[in-house]
Amino acid sequence: MPITVNLPSILARLANDERALEADPTGGTVGSVVDQVVARYPLLGPRLRNDAGEPYPFVTFYLNDDDIRFAGGFGAAVRDGDEVTIVPAIAGG
Amino acid sequence: MASVIGQDQRANLGLPELNSDEVLRYARHLLLPDVGLDGQRRLKASRVLLIGAGGLGSPTALYLAAAGVGTIGIVDPDVVDASNLQRQVLHATSTLGRRKVDSARDRLHDLNPHVHVETYDVAFRADNAEDIARSYDVIVDGTDNFGTRYLTNDVCVLLGKPNVYGSIFRFEGQASVFATEDGPCYRCLFPEPPPPGMVPSCAEGGVLGVLPGLIGTIQATETIKLLLGIGSTLAGRLLLVNTLDMQFRTVKVVKDPECPACGTRTITRLEEYAEYCGIPDPQGAHEEPMTVGDITPVELAEKIKRQDDFDLIDVREPQEVNIARIEGARLIPLGQFEAAIASLNPAREIVVMCRSGARSGMAVHQLRQRGFQNVHNLAGGILAWADTVDPTVVKY
Repeated sequence: MPITVNLPSILARLANDERALEADPTGGTVGSVVDQVVARYPLLGPRLRNDAGEPYPFVTFYLNDDDIRFAGGFGAAVRDGDEVTIVPAIAGG
Repeated sequence: MASVIGQDQRANLGLPELNSDEVLRYARHLLLPDVGLDGQRRLKASRVLLIGAGGLGSPTALYLAAAGVGTIGIVDPDVVDASNLQRQVLHATSTLGRRKVDSARDRLHDLNPHVHVETYDVAFRADNAEDIARSYDVIVDGTDNFGTRYLTNDVCVLLGKPNVYGSIFRFEGQASVFATEDGPCYRCLFPEPPPPGMVPSCAEGGVLGVLPGLIGTIQATETIKLLLGIGSTLAGRLLLVNTLDMQFRTVKVVKDPECPACGTRTITRLEEYAEYCGIPDPQGAHEEPMTVGDITPVELAEKIKRQDDFDLIDVREPQEVNIARIEGARLIPLGQFEAAIASLNPAREIVVMCRSGARSGMAVHQLRQRGFQNVHNLAGGILAWADTVDPTVVKY
């Protein structure tokens, strides 16, 4: 089963307005899922990771319901059917 | 869950009585076993501070006042603007131009004269935040910029007060409860704010008018639960609301032992957050002083009239161009600007514009970092252009 990547609308506009993308789990990590998404939509790259390829402190990645910051970052292991949800900081009020 | 109001009040010692008018007004609460007479008296004894009387603060204030929260403090330095009324239901056409705190106080007193409203017609800043927040039981974050959000978080952690968080953008919202006794704080979720320009404000990116109604009423609900000590709050969870697909889901927020606010507690005093986040005030940005390399709208109009050889780049979104435009400008939305720089000629003179001059300032900065020498920011953006050159251009 593929991995589902949920994008907020602010990022979906850089991915052909798709709010749910599918990725192949065989890479084994959240980082490999992000690689696939960025390969498909290069404009997402600088919004998802910094120049060193690491997550930003203002964009939180969830693997299912858990913050990957406490599960190995982009090295967190993914399995068939997992969901990766990207939650950027927003400030509107 | 224990109530956040004082121990004597939790034991119902010294709680204010309800008069007959109040008993009738709150009858539907008094019938609820989890509220009842004692709970309603707790609400009457409670003090809640709202940071911001805008989209989120509006429904929160209205429902807290209706519910009988005894004292509501409101911090907001703005005046009511016509562009607020699409979502800020606390204000009205009749209060356009009035200070938001005054508009809010009158509306809340009209809704419930038993509620005491304390107003602070100032920006919530590092040098006043602790003094303002100290006497309240719960702080509600309804601000519209990252600087004030980090300030609100840090003052809540320092003072040991729950931070009822809500945030919105376009069609999506977030809500949580931070800085409870054992729970995580905002910095555990987002350790640092994004750099200026990476995330547009609602003034730049737009927001569905109903959305703050959804998120603000969730903040009001969480506030009342905290005050009454009932149910399970969103502490340790982040609620994500997507109105386009109408999905609500929660994810976990873990208390970070390395968090400088609530973990290592290395943040012991408040910083100057506006500069630290570099977030321009969306309402006032067009009044910012000019900086080196800026060009005024009048100067730009003269260049256009002289038919000078230069490129005019508009870094707003396409929807904004549909509202107001300067003829001849090439559209490159700021989010795509970095990728488009290669298509620009560094040998040519370039003028960059946006709505207020904030986003174009960021684009000019990017160009200069890439070695462009002859670039200018249109000071005050199209708002200033409408004020000083072409009054037929619509301001938004």
